[in-house]
Amino acid sequence: MRPQDILLPVAAGLCCKPGGFHIDPVRPVERAVITHGHSDHARPGHGAVLATQETLDMMRLRYGENFAGSTQAIHYGEQIRLGDVTVKFHPAGHVLGSAQVAVTCEDTCIVASGDYKDAPDPTCTPFELVQCDVFITEATFGLPVFRHGDAADEVKKLLASVALFPERAHLVGAYSLGKAQRVIKLLRQAGYDAPIYLHGAMEKITDYYQSRGIDLGELRPAKGVKKATLAGTITLAPPSATSDLWTRRFPDPVTAFASGWMRVRARARQRGIELPLVISDHADWDGLTATIAATGAGEVWVTHGQEDALVHWCQTKGLKARPLDLVGYGDEEESETPPSDEAEA
Amino acid sequence: MNRFAELLDRLAYEPGRNNKLRLLTGYFREVGDPDRGYALAALTGALSFKHAKSALIRNLIATRTDEVLFGLSYDYVGDLSETVALMWPKAVGVHNNPPPPTLTEVVTTLRTLGKTELPKQLERWLDELDETGRWALLKLVTGSLRIGISARLAKTAAAALGDKDPHDVELVWPGLAPPYLDLFAWLEDRAEKPVNRDPAPFRPVMLAHAIEDSDFAALDPADYIAEWKWDGIRVQAVAGRDENGHITGRLYSRTGEDITGSFPDLVPSLHLPGAIDGELLILREGRVQSFNVLQQRLNRKVVSPKLIKEFPIHLRAYDLLGDDENDLRELPFAERRERLEAFIGKLGDPRIDLSPTVPFASWEALTAARADPASAGAGEDADAVEGVMLKRRDALYLPGRPKGQWWKWKRDPHIIDAVLMYAQRGHGKRSSYYSDYTFGVWTAGEGGDELVPVGKAYFGFTDEELLQIDRFVRRNTTEKFGPVRHVVHESDKGLVLEVAFEGLQRSPRHKSGVAMRFPRISRLRWDKPPREADRLETLERMLKAEAVEA
Ligand SMILES: [Zn+2]
Repeated sequence: MRPQDILLPVAAGLCCKPGGFHIDPVRPVERAVITHGHSDHARPGHGAVLATQETLDMMRLRYGENFAGSTQAIHYGEQIRLGDVTVKFHPAGHVLGSAQVAVTCEDTCIVASGDYKDAPDPTCTPFELVQCDVFITEATFGLPVFRHGDAADEVKKLLASVALFPERAHLVGAYSLGKAQRVIKLLRQAGYDAPIYLHGAMEKITDYYQSRGIDLGELRPAKGVKKATLAGTITLAPPSATSDLWTRRFPDPVTAFASGWMRVRARARQRGIELPLVISDHADWDGLTATIAATGAGEVWVTHGQEDALVHWCQTKGLKARPLDLVGYGDEEESETPPSDEAEA
Repeated sequence: MNRFAELLDRLAYEPGRNNKLRLLTGYFREVGDPDRGYALAALTGALSFKHAKSALIRNLIATRTDEVLFGLSYDYVGDLSETVALMWPKAVGVHNNPPPPTLTEVVTTLRTLGKTELPKQLERWLDELDETGRWALLKLVTGSLRIGISARLAKTAAAALGDKDPHDVELVWPGLAPPYLDLFAWLEDRAEKPVNRDPAPFRPVMLAHAIEDSDFAALDPADYIAEWKWDGIRVQAVAGRDENGHITGRLYSRTGEDITGSFPDLVPSLHLPGAIDGELLILREGRVQSFNVLQQRLNRKVVSPKLIKEFPIHLRAYDLLGDDENDLRELPFAERRERLEAFIGKLGDPRIDLSPTVPFASWEALTAARADPASAGAGEDADAVEGVMLKRRDALYLPGRPKGQWWKWKRDPHIIDAVLMYAQRGHGKRSSYYSDYTFGVWTAGEGGDELVPVGKAYFGFTDEELLQIDRFVRRNTTEKFGPVRHVVHESDKGLVLEVAFEGLQRSPRHKSGVAMRFPRISRLRWDKPPREADRLETLERMLKAEAVEA
């Protein structure tokens, strides 16, 4: 069977005709298989949703009880028959509950990896390498200039700055789902045990992480705290909030941003960031290329991001590769809706 | 080198002056000799070695990476050094993991390295350093290390290491050389203050406060001497004898930068030991030319005989800080002025003359003189007068901007009404406000009148007005581009800003063809509809009126 007869990009997303479902559809469909809880992958309004328990819980938190007609939870390593295909979930190492979806039809196996990273992350199950015939990879950081390094070193940089400027507040922009909790956990692992403050928009999801047994230490809402009290503290906030009116409640804030984009100076300057922290929940160039090679796939489909460079690299390695024209996926940080100007979130 | 790179990296993102100082002082405290000395040299522009061309860097990366991948990466990053620093693939197992080079190693090696050995050496260093280290190295070797801090700031940070006065560092600086072991020893109280053996050192300058109408009530005219404020460039012209008795003459900018090389035609006139504080001007047939004319002599790489002939340089003196071996800075201004008059008389050089004082008995008389300098003694040079300076007779020459000693009282600036077009977030304390404004005036376009940007202003408004404009920007944004917001600017919708400025010049870089000098927001015209704002023709008329007849 030809791979494109198993999975095909259509307007609604990646469609599996023989299985009768779409993977991470961007429009409401009858049956959706969802890789992880980020809003560009997990949208409301589908008939039936198959995803990990964590992903379903996150969708419920964001969209309310009735986010789908019906839901079915699946474990990592669990296999389910859908129509003429079997579907198996494997950890993607991206955020809590994130999965790669292996779709097998007859003797052809395609892995749709969603968003993934091969770097260690104390807040989620590590990435699992799955042997396959066709590997569908993201390319958010698909240029050789993106090398993320050790996230622990970036957290050390943050702590050094807190020590140097004890009278200033440190505001760390981090995506609410996944990045924020990972940064907090890394701070704890680095020995930082003071209370960490949270922007209102990330309280719910952070509570959820803790309810899943991820110990993040003492967390406090930033709301209502006196300005002077925030001197020398660390506050996590959605990236858009760190450049907004909201920051005026902090004493002379140092604006940090935890993101793979911070590797490139112009990107950091464009956002007015004073302390860029290169911490990414996506694989970097070395991670992408190493993973592609290790899957043993002879064919690679490249989606959302810098497809050109990764397709070129595959071709120089003798792999069949093509960009997959899927629309509607982006990098979470860019798509997170900014709170309204006067919001006291 | 990695630690120095980390400092540069952090400085590049930090907008606040005090925070930059903290980062620098922290570095000087943490890092030992001689690395910190070479860092100070790099930050003050005191390092000299032959720079590598960017073609060399391109060749290096070409040997290690795929051409297509490099092209895509360079397109994305937009900066050669940064692209190479980020994508440099380290050679595995070739060099047995030596420790990364220190800054000292890099600087001293670069000084002596032959041109042919450079590529191999760079390659080795690139393998040993991390991303930030590679970036700093490449910026350093290509001579493009711009991190937005002044030499003055770096010296101030060094002074803070030992709680010393930055002016004292400035005073000994001309006699020092990298890696400044004697300087750091003094700063850390391990040795005596280094002696400045420079025959013609720079002295930190004294600055004036802008005077407000309300200030006059408290001032007695009898306490002050007035002189014209010339629209030129403030300089310090210093001459002194070296150990052999030869006279060395140097010209410094107000920040202490040695600009002698740009004005070789003035050097022969500096033949009498002393230090003059004055204004650099262009004089043609005895008449002072406009700042626009002077500007054509500035920032030239080559000072050709033709340039010297067409733009004859002149120094108009208004203070004397040193007379032969004597330091006059502890004398009151009235006495220094007498010494200056004697000094200029003795010098007897046509290129250096005295800035005349403006006699006045009352503030009313001075107001009249300032309004009409031509009839008050400035004569044909009146166009080059941008106001008057008031100096207390008993003022000592104090570096910085001491209160109540010197005042500048500018003539009324040019004023136009312009329309706010774009707003951008400010820096530092203002980073959460839209405080940088691009404004425009009307001009005839293809589809009727349209606004063309004529300038940018960051100040002039009160804190209260900043809040008002900020609110207006947020409520009337039509588009967002990164940190920039497009603000509504139609004939009947938008905000009119009264903009004051000091002068105009032609500028092919601006779409409007004109550029303003020192624009600032002088009033918010909430009352005025944008269609009543000024037109480009008004600016062009002003420009014509300012232009010097050839
Ligand atoms: Zn994601």
